[in-house]
Amino acid sequence: MLPGNRPVYLNLFRLRLPLMGWVSILHRLSGALLFILLPLMVWSFSLTLSGEAGFERVLAWRSTPFIKWLMLVLVWAFAHHFFAGLRHLALDIHWGVRLHSARRSSLAVLLVSGMVALLAAWGLFS
Amino acid sequence: MKPPVGAHTGTGIWLLQRATAVVMALAVPVFVWRVASVMPLDYGVWTALFAPLWMRLFTLLFTVALALHAWAGMRDIFMDYVHHTGIRLALYLVVIVTLAACVVWMAAALWSGR
Repeated sequence: MLPGNRPVYLNLFRLRLPLMGWVSILHRLSGALLFILLPLMVWSFSLTLSGEAGFERVLAWRSTPFIKWLMLVLVWAFAHHFFAGLRHLALDIHWGVRLHSARRSSLAVLLVSGMVALLAAWGLFS
Repeated sequence: MKPPVGAHTGTGIWLLQRATAVVMALAVPVFVWRVASVMPLDYGVWTALFAPLWMRLFTLLFTVALALHAWAGMRDIFMDYVHHTGIRLALYLVVIVTLAACVVWMAAALWSGR
């Protein structure tokens, strides 16, 4: 193909990714998110063990809307990364690599992590 | 002697990523079970949960596995998207320092006041 005729198509919102592609990119995104939030998690963990005042302080954060959303994102990221990771380990041992089952397990990962996030949202916002 | 670079150097870190993933996948249900068994949570119950030495070592081991796993993952991301060697190495350094600090911080939190 001539260089000028190549279909350069970089509008990410119009790319059609297959389900496995979504699970894959979200696995990377959730992993990066978990890394970025890790110092915050370690800090809050250390606060909870620092004394009763610190423990109560961390619990009190839960009434802040911003923290609620942050926790929801964190729960989703963890759930997605966990289940997509299990799927990845299964694929590593050639389990479920056929197109049909790979597509089905991708859907399962998206649904299960979505359900975990919904449960968390119910717990946080109700 | 073979030079310390080449196509095979990725295999070790690939394996490290998988091994730490398996360790954490097995450890997460243990944490869920331990926390679920002491619900509802208050300060006394929470500190009692981390009082046994095995639980503190288990948590620290989990953190070490997590740090190694995160290092492999962040390294992959930077190798894919950051092509300027200097910037990439600087980002590696930030990740390593952050993760090392998190491990030390967790150890300090688990063994503080004991």
